[in-house]
Amino acid sequence: MSIPPQIGRGVPRADAHAKVTGAARYSAEHRPTGAVHAVLVCSRVPSGRITGIDASRALVSEGVLAVLSHLNLPRVAAQPRLIPSLAGTTAHGQSFFPMQDERIHYAGQPVAMVVADTLERAEHAAELVGVDYAEEPWTTTVDQGRDRAYEAEHIFGGFVPGRTDRGDVEAGLAEAETVLESTHRFAANHHNAIEPSAATAVWEDSKLTLYDTTQGPTATRLTVAELLGVPPSNVRVVSEFVGGSFGGKAMIWAHPTLAAMAAQHVRAPVTLALTRAQTFSNTGHREEQEHTLTLGARSDGTLTAIRYRKLSPTSHFDDWAEPSLGPAAQLYACPNFEGVYDLVRANTMTPTFMRAPGEGTGAFVIETAMDELAHELGLDPLELRLRNHADTDPETGNPWSSKGLRECYARGAELFGWHSRDPRPVQGARREGDWLLGTGMASAVYPVYSVMNPQRARARVYADGRAVVETGCSDIGTGAATVMGQVAAEALGMQSEAVTVHYGDTELPNTVAAVGSAGAGAVSAAVHTAARKLRDQLVAQALADQGSPLYGADPDEIEVRSGRMSLRGSPGTGEAYGEMLGRNMTFDAEAVGSWQPPGRDSGYGTATFGAQFAEVAVDPGLGLVRVRRMTGVFAPGRVLNRRTAHSQLMGGMLWGLGQALLEATHMEPNQGRWANPSLGEYLVPVNADTPDVQVEMLEVEDRVVNPLGVKGVGEIGQVGAAAAIANALFHATGRRFRDLPITIESVMAPA
Amino acid sequence: MTPPQEGRTGLAGLAGHTVPRQATAAERDRGEIGPEPADVLLTVNGTVHRVRLEPRVSLLDALRERLDVTGPKKGCNQGACGACTVWVDGHRVLACLTLAVACEGREVTTVEGLADGDELHPMQEAFVDNDALQCGYCTPGQLMSAVALMKEGHHRDDAEIAEWMSGNICRCAAYPNIRRAIRQVRDSGGRAEQEGES
Repeated sequence: MSIPPQIGRGVPRADAHAKVTGAARYSAEHRPTGAVHAVLVCSRVPSGRITGIDASRALVSEGVLAVLSHLNLPRVAAQPRLIPSLAGTTAHGQSFFPMQDERIHYAGQPVAMVVADTLERAEHAAELVGVDYAEEPWTTTVDQGRDRAYEAEHIFGGFVPGRTDRGDVEAGLAEAETVLESTHRFAANHHNAIEPSAATAVWEDSKLTLYDTTQGPTATRLTVAELLGVPPSNVRVVSEFVGGSFGGKAMIWAHPTLAAMAAQHVRAPVTLALTRAQTFSNTGHREEQEHTLTLGARSDGTLTAIRYRKLSPTSHFDDWAEPSLGPAAQLYACPNFEGVYDLVRANTMTPTFMRAPGEGTGAFVIETAMDELAHELGLDPLELRLRNHADTDPETGNPWSSKGLRECYARGAELFGWHSRDPRPVQGARREGDWLLGTGMASAVYPVYSVMNPQRARARVYADGRAVVETGCSDIGTGAATVMGQVAAEALGMQSEAVTVHYGDTELPNTVAAVGSAGAGAVSAAVHTAARKLRDQLVAQALADQGSPLYGADPDEIEVRSGRMSLRGSPGTGEAYGEMLGRNMTFDAEAVGSWQPPGRDSGYGTATFGAQFAEVAVDPGLGLVRVRRMTGVFAPGRVLNRRTAHSQLMGGMLWGLGQALLEATHMEPNQGRWANPSLGEYLVPVNADTPDVQVEMLEVEDRVVNPLGVKGVGEIGQVGAAAAIANALFHATGRRFRDLPITIESVMAPA
Repeated sequence: MTPPQEGRTGLAGLAGHTVPRQATAAERDRGEIGPEPADVLLTVNGTVHRVRLEPRVSLLDALRERLDVTGPKKGCNQGACGACTVWVDGHRVLACLTLAVACEGREVTTVEGLADGDELHPMQEAFVDNDALQCGYCTPGQLMSAVALMKEGHHRDDAEIAEWMSGNICRCAAYPNIRRAIRQVRDSGGRAEQEGES
C-alpha cells in the first residue's frame, strides 16, 4: 500500500506559531473578569488526623476571601472510584477525595485551601493557616512494609490480574542449563511536566467552565461532574494548550474539583495552580519498586522459564502497580512464565501512569537480564534475542497484528555499527584517556491498547475551499492537533494547509483521553471516518446535481485533489467542492463521523516494537557517565507526521537516559514524605546531558488496530533505552548495574 | 487623576499621557517602598505600564498576573527550570527570582517582544523549522535564552551551546532540535545577534 501524500508529511506543528510567540494560553493563564486565586495547604504529616484548624490569622490577612477545609467544604456527591482514563469514563486518579474529614492518609494531602484576591496574598495567607495533627505510625517505603506484603488480586485499576501463569515454570527451570536470578530496585519517579497542574473555574448560573491541564477534557468533565453532583452537560472543559503531562495529567486529581468548589463558595472565578512541590503529592507518581527475575535457558540461549515478582507500595485506597511484567511476558517465545504483583499498603497517594508505565521498568529488568545471559553463554546480545524471537504473541499464541522487530534490530545494528563491536565487557578494553567506552542494546515493546468507546470527529468544508476538523482531544505536545489536519486533508482530498483544527474542548465531538500511546490511533480513526464521510457526501451531492459537470457519473470514478472533484483520467471534467456549494447557495457542508473500535478480543497480539542502542563513556574515578550517542529504530505502524513522531520518539529515548542516570524521588522514611520535591533536586536531563539521537521509523502495515494502522509513538521510545545504557555500562566497566537510577556513587564504588 | 487600582492597569507611558507620581530614586534608596502596595512603572516590550504592586511581587507574577503578559512561564518558581527567562536591560534573568520593583527604569523584554510585528524573529522561525518544541511550555524561556546566547557569543560549537542552554529544562527533551535551531540561526549570518541587541 502506498503512503498517501498528506499523511506522513513532516508538516510543522499546527500550534507552533502560538507557542513561539507566547500567544498560547495554558490553564492558569485565562483571566476571566474578577478572577481570584486559591492556594492549597497540604499536610506535613503522613498519617493521623487533624485535631484543629486555626484559620483566624489567615482570615484577617489582607485580601483573603475564604479559608476552606473539611470543616466547611461541602461533601462531594460521590465516592470516587479509580478507573483508568483509557476507559473513556470518569477517571478519578484515586478512590479518595481530600478535605472531607479529619483523616490524613499521606503527606502532601490537601487539608485546606485559601482564596484571596491576588496570588501573593493567597500564598501568604496559606502560610498563616494553623493545622494541628495527632500523628499515627506510617509506612511509606518497600522496606518498611515488606513484612506485610500481599499478593494483589488485580492492579492498574482492575485492568490487570495480580498473577499470570502460562506453562509450567518449575518444569522449565528443571530443563534449563543456565539459571540467572537478579533483583532490581527502582526509585520512585515524578512526571515533572514543566507546566504544573492547574485549573481555572468559572461558574455562570449552574454552568461551569473549567480550563484544565488534562490529557482528557471529557475525563475531567465526567469526573468533576460526578464529584459535584451536577450533570456532565453543565460542565465544559477547555484544554487547548497543555504544558506536558507524561501521565501526570492522565487521571483527574482533586484540584479541578476544588477550584470549582472554591469558585462556588466565593462566587467568583478561581484559578488554582499547584506549586512545583505540591505536584509531587497531588498528581500521582511512579511507585518505588523491587523486581526479582529468574531466567532459565538452554546452552544455546533458548529461554525455558521466566519467573517474575514485583513488590511495590500502593495507597490505602487502591491496589495500584504499574504493569511492569508485560515486556518479560511478551518479548520472547518462552513457554513457561509466572508473574506476580505483590503490594504493600503505604501512606502515599495512589501511584499512577508515568510515561512507559510498567514497560519502562520491566524492559530494564528483562533486557539487562538478557544481556547478562548473553554474556554467560558467550553469545552476542542481539543474536540471543533473535534466537528467542516471538513469532506469535507468547501470552495467547495469537498472531501479531504487525511486528517488524527483526527489521528494527537489523536496521538499528546497521546504523549503530553494532556488528563491528568489540564484544569484551572488560574494564578499560576501550579507553579514551580516563573515559572507558562501552556499547549496549535492548529491545522495546509497548502494547497497542484498544480504546473502549466510539471515537467521534466533525469535518466541515466551506465554500471558500477551506476545511475545519474538530475533536475534543487535547494536544499535550504530541502533535495530535497537527495530525488531525493531515488525516482530514488526506480523506477530503485536500492539502493539510487548507485545514484548520479545533480541539481541546468538551463542546467538540468526543474522543478518549490521549493516554497509553492510543491518542493518535483513536483521533486519526475518528477524523478519517468523519472526513471520508463528508467527502463521499459531497461527491454524492455533485453526482445528483444537474448543474454539476459530474452529474450522473459513477462515484467510483471520482477522485478529489486539492478540493476539486473530477473524473478519474479526465481531470478537466469536474468542479471544486466550493463551486458546487456556492452554486447551491450553501455556505458549508459537514459530517460527524463515529468510529467503533474493534474491542479487546481482536484475535491478534497488538504491540509496537523497536530496538535501542547506546554508547557510553564512563569515568570510574569520578563516577561520571556520559551517553555519547543513542540509536533507536521503531515500527509504530503508520506514521502520521514524520517530524512530530520523530520528536516524540527522541524525547522518549532521552527520558530513558533520565530514567537510567538521573531520576529519583527519595522518600524520607523518618518523615514519611518526599525529600526532594523540586526541579533543583529531582534531576531531569538538561541540554548538556543529552547527545544527538538517531531515530528511524520502519512503517509496518497493520489492518487490525484502527483504520489507518496507527500504533502510537508516545512511549515506545523510552522502553529499553535505560537497559541499552546500563548494558553499555557493563560493556565499559565489566560491572552490572541493576538498580535505577545508576548514581555517581554506585559507579565510583569499587567492583 | 484616577487613583491607582490594584491589579491590571492600562498603558500609561505613551506620549502626551500623564505619568503618575512614583517613588523617586532617593525615596527608593531610603527604602521607602512597601510594605504596602506602591505604584511602579514597568517598561515591558517597549511599553510603559503603571502597576500597583507589593514589593514582594516577583517580576514573573507582575507580568503574568498584573499585566497579562503570560509568555514567561511559571514552571517551578524557584529558579530551577528557566521557563520564566526574560531579559532585563538585554540580559537574561529568571523572572521568578527577580523582584518587580527592582525593574523600574529598566527595559524588560519577554517572548512577546521578539517578533517584529507579524514577522517572527529568526530564532522563532528556526524553532518552528526544527521542531524545537513540543508542549511549548518551556519554549518562551528557551527562546529568550537562545537569542541571548547568540549575543553573548556562546555559540561556537554544540558543547558550548548545550552548556549555555542548560538553565532551561525541556521535559519533552527537544534538546537536540533546540541545538539545531540555534545552529541554523548562527550559520545563517547572525541576524539574530543584531535583533538580540535591540
